[in-house]
Amino acid sequence: MAAGVAAWLPFARAAAIGWMPVANCPMPIAPSDKSRRQDELIVLNVSGRRFQTWRTTLDRYPDTLLGSSEKEFFYNEETKEYFFDRDPDVFRSILNFYRTGKLHYPRYECISAYDEELAFFGIIPEIIGDCCYEEYKDRKRENAERLMDDNDQENGKEGNLPNLNFRETMWRAFENPHTSTMALVFYYVTGFFIAISVITNVVETVPCGIHLNQKDLPCGERYSVAFFCLDTACVMIFTVEYLLRLFAAPSRYRFIRSVMSIIDVVAIMPYYIGLVMTNNEDVSGAFVTLRVFRVFRIFKFSRHSQGLRILGYTLKSCASELGFLLFSLTMAIIIFATVMYYAEKGSSASKFTSIPASFWYTIVTMTTLGYGDMVPKTIAGKIFGSICSLSGVLVIALPVPVIVSNFSRIYHQNQRADKRRAQKVQKARLARIRVAKAGSSNAFLRSKRNGLLNEALELTGSGEEDQHLSKSTSVIESQHHHLLHCLEKTTNHEFVDEQVFEHNCLESGMKNYTSRSPSLDSSHGLTGTCCSRRSKKTTHLPNSSVPATRLRSMQELSAIHIQCGEQQALSTSRSSLNVQSDEALRLNCQSSQITTAIISIPTPPTASPEGSLPQPSSPSQPSAGVNIVKVSAL
Amino acid sequence: MSGCTRRCKMGIVKFARSIHRLVTGTLNKDKPEDELEMTVVCHRPEGLEQLEAQTNFTKRELQILYRGFKNECPSGLVNEETFKQIYAQFFPHGDASTYAHYLFNAFDSGQNGSVKFEDFVMALSILLRGSIREKLRWTFNLYDLNKDGYINKEEMTDIVRAIYDMMGKYTYPVLKDEAPRQHVDAFFQKMDKNKDGVVTLDEFIVSCQEDDNIMQSLQLFENVI
Repeated sequence: MAAGVAAWLPFARAAAIGWMPVANCPMPIAPSDKSRRQDELIVLNVSGRRFQTWRTTLDRYPDTLLGSSEKEFFYNEETKEYFFDRDPDVFRSILNFYRTGKLHYPRYECISAYDEELAFFGIIPEIIGDCCYEEYKDRKRENAERLMDDNDQENGKEGNLPNLNFRETMWRAFENPHTSTMALVFYYVTGFFIAISVITNVVETVPCGIHLNQKDLPCGERYSVAFFCLDTACVMIFTVEYLLRLFAAPSRYRFIRSVMSIIDVVAIMPYYIGLVMTNNEDVSGAFVTLRVFRVFRIFKFSRHSQGLRILGYTLKSCASELGFLLFSLTMAIIIFATVMYYAEKGSSASKFTSIPASFWYTIVTMTTLGYGDMVPKTIAGKIFGSICSLSGVLVIALPVPVIVSNFSRIYHQNQRADKRRAQKVQKARLARIRVAKAGSSNAFLRSKRNGLLNEALELTGSGEEDQHLSKSTSVIESQHHHLLHCLEKTTNHEFVDEQVFEHNCLESGMKNYTSRSPSLDSSHGLTGTCCSRRSKKTTHLPNSSVPATRLRSMQELSAIHIQCGEQQALSTSRSSLNVQSDEALRLNCQSSQITTAIISIPTPPTASPEGSLPQPSSPSQPSAGVNIVKVSAL
Repeated sequence: MSGCTRRCKMGIVKFARSIHRLVTGTLNKDKPEDELEMTVVCHRPEGLEQLEAQTNFTKRELQILYRGFKNECPSGLVNEETFKQIYAQFFPHGDASTYAHYLFNAFDSGQNGSVKFEDFVMALSILLRGSIREKLRWTFNLYDLNKDGYINKEEMTDIVRAIYDMMGKYTYPVLKDEAPRQHVDAFFQKMDKNKDGVVTLDEFIVSCQEDDNIMQSLQLFENVI
């Protein structure tokens, strides 16, 4: 329960008087607050700086150090104050959390110091307010990366881990060339051959100076054999490298899908396709275009250059700005091309023969290139042409600084943290907060179980369980649970968990099918509404007259699951918000021990509108005085 | 025809003005003032002594109440949305908004859409420190949705349905659609003495005083503050 509204709990409880005339059963007894202190000021002395606040302010969050009885360990009898030997500056934000319900992260504070203080005072960082959470997460990520870098460097300086197999060593060598000399050699050799290949492609087309048919022959055709050998050598090296990487990759499927491997494949494919294809006239045209793809080998340099990778990543992350740029340019081009075409339509020998032809003029003008191959001749055309070039400057100048600033931010940020990783963290954060919040609704069911476990044990006379279990909830929690209990009594229904609810649906389906007991009435509507698809499962049950007692016992056994084995979970005084996530998950998805504590409601059947309550199973139950409730627990 | 001319002239004047603004490059000064809505309305309650006289609380209790109130609503007024949110925090299983709406109407004695601290404290005074008759009258007022002095079956069904909504979906036994109606029928059986289909205030008070359970439960929350 959000403790900020704990102040309104008295109001909610008072408003519960509105249910009383509607209810038919007696209400449970209110928890008495025997140790009711008047609201007092308490003094918190943090390394000499004194903070004062009301006791009820601190009681708002009973899962933290200051809200629970743990602070009594720090109580100083002589000075009648609580002394903490911690940082008073950070304590300011922690105390403000109690006052306002929002935890803020001060930007000037060091992230690890802040984390330590939060851990000391028992506050989970996930509840930092949205205003400061981004900053907090960024700083934490940077810190974690810095620690990782330090660790990596340390590891790098040590010897290689001995238990990497050959494949893993190779992969490491490929990814981090400076780990071993062989890797470095391989790195430089491939880089050299990429450069050779690119230069070859370029030089191939340079005219070599032999006049043949009054036309300069490109070098590629003059020394075709030499160039072919060079090309073959490069492609062989690239192929070997690709195959080695493929072999060494820990996840081959992911490797194949990665961008770098696609570039590799595109770089070497044209050669092989060229080998396979015959010297047919038709396909040689296509073959020539395939050679264009050889230029993609230059992208292989991005493995060797971090800056190139950053550039690629920037362009990817600025996709929306680039898209906007493109879109606005297209709009402007179409508008101005139309205008120019119609403006120039009148003039003779105009180059603006059609609107698509004017596109070229518009693009050249808007990007302020101005080739001069198309110029307007009419006055109207010149006016619109000048407007076109002015607006071109504006349209292009607007998104470019965004792209530039993006690039510089990423470049300065060591770009290792992906957006993808941030999304995962966001999901984890939301999941953790959700789990903590769900803890509050489960807290009621849990405490109901606790209370009834105690009562059952008292009934059966075994007092071996710790009696302090009943005191583990705070005053506010017990009052809140009493309120929910009153609501249950008013409506004659109980809160249950989702799993038990579906289980009950199944049970009622079985009930409906097999029993003709008059006490189980009005269930035909049930299967129709809730679990109609589940009732199909019950068709295999024999349609004999199952005795009502056996049915009842099945129902009771299935409806009651009490955890006896989680003493440590019950005895923790810190529940709900600050339960560690795995613990909370464990509590929520439990499925272990089943014991029977069969207790039923001795309600007069006339008063209750729901006639499907089971009759008391054991007639030897003490009547009257004992207020015992049927439990449908986790 | 004159209206048309006038409109044309106004349009031309506006156009000329906007061209002028474009040329001189001055920013539009009207906009910020338009957007500044008066959202900040603050309300301060009357003095502590006055409230102490009007209610059954002591000064200390009023202080504690006001501190909690002011913490949640610094502006001094609770509107219905905030009220619903606050009330819903206590009932995470189901949907408390309908019942909170009825509660809000019962608290908002002035029917002006917001609850001030005085309304809040007067209602609490009745509920926690009032006589049985006052409590029952407040409850009758809560049930009487259209404030006409009679509770009929539809109003009662709405209220009971709102209460059942707060339970949520996962209940034992499973919540059926007829449950609220059956509950209301039982209620009317008990309360409607002359069987005329409506419950008046006197019938309500008399019937409640006859029922021991209700009498007992009304005393339940006396030590809330």
